[in-house]
Amino acid sequence: MWALSAIETEAIGLSLKVAFWAVLVSLPLGVFAAWVLARRRFYGHALLNGIIHLPLVLPPVVLGYLLLVLLGRQGPLGALLFDTFGITVAFTWKGAAIASGVMAFPLLVRAIRLSYENVDERLEAAARTLGAGRIKVFRTITLPLIAPGILAGAILAFARSLGEFGATITFVSNIPGETRTLPLAIFSAVQSPGGEDAAIRLVVISAAIALAALIASEFLARRLGPKG
Amino acid sequence: MLQLDIRHRTGAFMLDAEFETPSGTITAIFGQSGAGKTTLINMIAGLIKPSDGTIVSDGHTLFHSEKSINVAPERRRIGYVFQEGRLFPHMDVRRNLGYGHRQNAVLGFAQIVDLLDLGALLERRPATLSGGERQRVAIGRALLSNPNLLLMDEPLASIDVQRRSEILPFIERLRDELGMTIVYVSHAVEEVIRLADTMVILSGGQVAATGGVEELMSRLDLFPLTGRFEAGAVLAATCQGYDTEYGLAELSFAGGTLRVAGPEMDIGVQVRVHIRARDVSLMLGRPEMTSVLNVFEGTVVEIAETDSPQVDVRLDIGSPLIARITKKSMHDLNIRIGVTLHALVKAVAIDRRSLKGSTASTSPRD
Repeated sequence: MWALSAIETEAIGLSLKVAFWAVLVSLPLGVFAAWVLARRRFYGHALLNGIIHLPLVLPPVVLGYLLLVLLGRQGPLGALLFDTFGITVAFTWKGAAIASGVMAFPLLVRAIRLSYENVDERLEAAARTLGAGRIKVFRTITLPLIAPGILAGAILAFARSLGEFGATITFVSNIPGETRTLPLAIFSAVQSPGGEDAAIRLVVISAAIALAALIASEFLARRLGPKG
Repeated sequence: MLQLDIRHRTGAFMLDAEFETPSGTITAIFGQSGAGKTTLINMIAGLIKPSDGTIVSDGHTLFHSEKSINVAPERRRIGYVFQEGRLFPHMDVRRNLGYGHRQNAVLGFAQIVDLLDLGALLERRPATLSGGERQRVAIGRALLSNPNLLLMDEPLASIDVQRRSEILPFIERLRDELGMTIVYVSHAVEEVIRLADTMVILSGGQVAATGGVEELMSRLDLFPLTGRFEAGAVLAATCQGYDTEYGLAELSFAGGTLRVAGPEMDIGVQVRVHIRARDVSLMLGRPEMTSVLNVFEGTVVEIAETDSPQVDVRLDIGSPLIARITKKSMHDLNIRIGVTLHALVKAVAIDRRSLKGSTASTSPRD
């Protein structure tokens, strides 16, 4: 009863892998995008902000279709990736990670941007008068002070990635063992006759993973947060 | 030596300043809030880029608008003690102090800790420190980066009035024991008198006057800027003796000997005395029976009348002395330029905090 079936283990493993890579790859981009939005004033700031937040308001299916058009084997970017690196992302778990990462990106950027805005820029100025160049200031002052925001953003993005459905199924389809993550497995179970029991087991597993991620983040935040 | 000649426009505010600060001394940038003091030293530090001009420190050009030179703040070798301390909240005191530590600093870590009495604070976080402790750490942190010049932006402003006397002796030590060149921003006359050698008076973004503290504080025309209520002559004096029976210090200056009530003082200590104009009375003829210990004979050299019922009278008693009297007294006594009279200064009217160097040789803490 409690043992996980091979199909369940596969879906869990795939979901974790997809979410992990989605967050890992989008994290540096998110830190940079958040810095640009929080600290730079330039022509087109509002436009960039809008583009980054688009996945929040766009139907996931639309985004999945856009990804398919761009990154499919025949798409302009997809063809380039295949011709130069021999990488195919459409209908693979890598594509699922890209879809998850793009969908979660606005949440990641928002959390990090908020913590940037809370960093007192006067502390960075003080560090520079003490002989620290811009890179050292970022490494020793800014980064430690925004660390809780980065963590919060990463957890949020991870949880969002675990739940990604619409963009994934449109972009990379629902291939068992390759792109069938937990939400897609639940969808498949519900679709097949007599699959309700299997669906409920997957729902419980999803909830447990999400809860574990939240508890882990709470624990980490306490260790990272200001002491004394 | 710092040579500065800059212009900077922000909105409707125009800052236009040109002055030099001698090495090994404290130069006060003095002015009311909004005069442009902080903007000015942020430009020296490299945190604000002036619209136009030059900044040269000990022969090194830090900023030159025409030659497009603008040295980054981290390469200027200028220490900065900010009004609010700006300690890094995620580091303990030890790591804050070590942040900009250059190994070739004139004073090592242990000496700075000792000089500023920081030993007990090293493991603490900035959030747990008092305002005065924070500023001492901030001073130590700036010194350990081995600066050629130290900027201090109202370092006492964020500290309770009662606790300011805990910090002043440490700043005096930087001047007296380390020979640091310091640019000290303040709007408090008493701090300037106690610490600074020269001063630059800023008003509305313009330099109203530059010169020695004693000279500028004694100028009647600057009273609207130096603070009318506290205005008065500043005299340089040397302690000649101390009367332990009555608790009176005898200070000799160019105009004679001044007796001041206050704590014991070592002979030979150089002090600066601020005699507020409102604490000086004038008298024709020689006073005979009076409780006032300090009587000086002098000639009236300048009279400044304002719209108020008071006038400021500057006497030459060997050095300048300023008295604030009513217009009625001036007319009754027929005080004019060239008249010789006596000035009376109460020994108890002189504030001991205005005695520069009076505590430098004793305990650094009150």
